This record gives sequence, structure tokens and C-alpha cells, in this order.
Amino acid sequence: MNRLVALWLVCAALPAAAQDARKSGFAFMGPDTQAMQTDDLANPGMLFVLEGDALWKAPVGASQKSCASCHGDAPQTMKGVAARYPDFDEATQAPIDLAGRIIQCRAERQGAAPPQREGHELLALTSYVAHQSRDLAIAPAQDARLASARAQGAALYSTRMGQLNFSCAQCHDDNAGGHLGAAPIPQAHPTGYPLYRLEWQALGSLQRRFRNCLSGMRAEPISAGSADAIALELFLMDRATGMKLETPAVRP
Amino acid sequence: MWRAFALLAVLMSVDAQAQTLVPYQIENGAIATSLTGQPGDPAKGRTIVVERQKGLCLLCHSGPFPEERFQGDLAPSLAGTGSRLSEGEIRLRMVDSTKVNEKTIMPPYYKMDGLGRVAASYKAKTLLEPQEIEDVIAFLVSLKDEAQK
Repeated sequence: MNRLVALWLVCAALPAAAQDARKSGFAFMGPDTQAMQTDDLANPGMLFVLEGDALWKAPVGASQKSCASCHGDAPQTMKGVAARYPDFDEATQAPIDLAGRIIQCRAERQGAAPPQREGHELLALTSYVAHQSRDLAIAPAQDARLASARAQGAALYSTRMGQLNFSCAQCHDDNAGGHLGAAPIPQAHPTGYPLYRLEWQALGSLQRRFRNCLSGMRAEPISAGSADAIALELFLMDRATGMKLETPAVRP
Repeated sequence: MWRAFALLAVLMSVDAQAQTLVPYQIENGAIATSLTGQPGDPAKGRTIVVERQKGLCLLCHSGPFPEERFQGDLAPSLAGTGSRLSEGEIRLRMVDSTKVNEKTIMPPYYKMDGLGRVAASYKAKTLLEPQEIEDVIAFLVSLKDEAQK
């Protein structure tokens, strides 16, 4: 009898679970790559996180302030930040991504040379900050001023581009789970950035991933930090609301 | 120096040639006549189909290519294409498959207008040259369904 009740409870709970068909790219990987991500000692992205930890505490620039001088202990103060970004930047009155915020802090508040997009220093700091949100649910910033950029990202996602004339949605919504040659097509949820991609043999940003896809489509790339790139990130993070962050993820 | 000029001249003439498409007519869901007026070479067509950076076909399609690993599964198998479609129907699907199905993921192999955000190095170029398209068509026409023979 108790078993029947238990079975009924499981069945009653199923439709709720079945409604969310979203899967992280993690679910599309082989067990070896999954194990590499989940074991911090094997995850190559953790080397960047460790480096980010050192950078966080090191005084830089004219101010000789470190990130920690203002923000204190990252595991507490940065918890949930990456789950919220991109956010609205009051200074520029425009959306800003996490990497952009770090560049801004470095240049304007610490008086240091602004780190380069996709450069080692910025990737290490971004992955360190994002790592503080690992296992937290993505919870996009609720700021009405982000709505138009989010809509712009949604439009970009379903616009055909390049000589091959694909849209993001045609592969990652309509054909997710299929194979492009050998490669499984994931659902394009940005749950683990910056992440270590085995194909790159490096840590890279979501915006680097955009470049990869677009060059495959023979389309003009979206440059890192551009309004288009941040709009697309806003849309994708919104689409992944509630999914857990994995930074630093590992992908094939 | 002169060599560089010569190379530039060649590149420019190639570019100029690529900017105009051979006119074609779509009738009854097909383009009946060869884009070049010449028949295609099925052996060359097969080579283009299996070359991943050239034809790109096997990224989405599978087919009777036992030597090729990792064929895609996003589109129907190419096996039996010649039994399912006429030569003209295949030609239209190669030239611009959106004319058959607006939502298709099949890239247009002979189209330049109406494409957005094309990378600079691919602008004003079609995915394949007209004769290459004819070669692929000749090969696909030869893929007959074994069961129907």
C-alpha cells in the first residue's frame, strides 16, 4: 500500500519535471568529459579560478587597490553575481556583461590598464567571480531597462545569417540532440562560462563561442563586448533562468 | 611586385565573375535545365558531396558512403535521392532549398541576395560554382533506391 502511494507521488510529480526539457551542455557529453568537469583536481578550468583568486587579492594600478580592497571576500560578496549578469550599467546607461564590469572596475576604480577581452587576466578574474555562483540557479537581473536589449538578442537568435543561412534557433532549438557530423548539438544554455573547451585547449568566453558558431555559418562575427553580443547573452541567460551555473564547465 | 599585381588582377576578375548568377527558371517545383548547359560529372559530384569543407553535405546528411565516418543525422539520407526526386527537383533544392520549404536548414548553394551578415571572405560568392552543382546533381540522380530497381 505504501508502495502504491509512493508510486502515485512519483507519477504526480513527473509532469512538473517533464515540463522542463532544458538540458545543460553537460548532459550531451561523454562520461569522461563529465568526470573531468566534476572533479576539481582534473578540471583544467580550476587553474584559471585559482589564478583569479590570486588576482582578486593583488593590488594593481594607480590606486594600488585590489578587488578585495572594495569587495572583500569573494565567496561571500560575489555569490550570485554571475547568476544575475548581464546587468544594466548606470554609468553608460547600457547593458554590461560580467567581463565588461571587470574591465570597468580595473580601468576606472583601480586605475589599472584595462584587461583585454579573451586575455588571460580577464578570463581568470571572470571565471573566479563566476565560480562563486557555481550550483546557484540563473536569476537574470529584473531591470526593465534590459528588456529592449533582451528582445534584440531574441531577434538575433532567430535571424538567419551567413552564407549557410542558418539561425541559432534552427540548430539549438529545432535540432538540438542531433549531430552535425560527429558533434552533438546542445541546446545552447550558457551555464558554464567561462569554460574550458577541449577543442580550444583553453578557457574561453561565451562570446568566443558565438564567434565559433558564426564562423562555421560563414557569417560576420559578433565582436566581443559589442551591443549585439551582450544582447544575445542577455537573451540566452534569460532562456536559461533557473538552470544551475557550472563555472568553470568543461566542454568537448 | 608584378606577380602581386597579376594575382590581384586574377582575384578581381574571379570576384567580378562571381557577382552575377547564371539566370534560371523555376517551373513546377523544379529547375529543368543545367545551370551551365553542360551535364554534370557524377564522379566529381561524389567527391564534392563527401568533402566536408566543400560540399558540407555529410555534416547533415548520411548516405551510401561506407568509408565516411561521422555522417550527420539532421536531414534525410541521400540514399535513393535519384528515385525520390527528378533531376530538376534536385537542382532547385541545391540552388535554393527555401523555395521548396521556407524553414529548411539546407544552405542555398547558388544564392547571394537576401543573405544576412555574410562574412567578408564569402561575400559575393556562391557556396558552389554552377558546374560543381551540376556535378553533385549528376551524382545524386545516380543514387537509386535499391528496393525500387
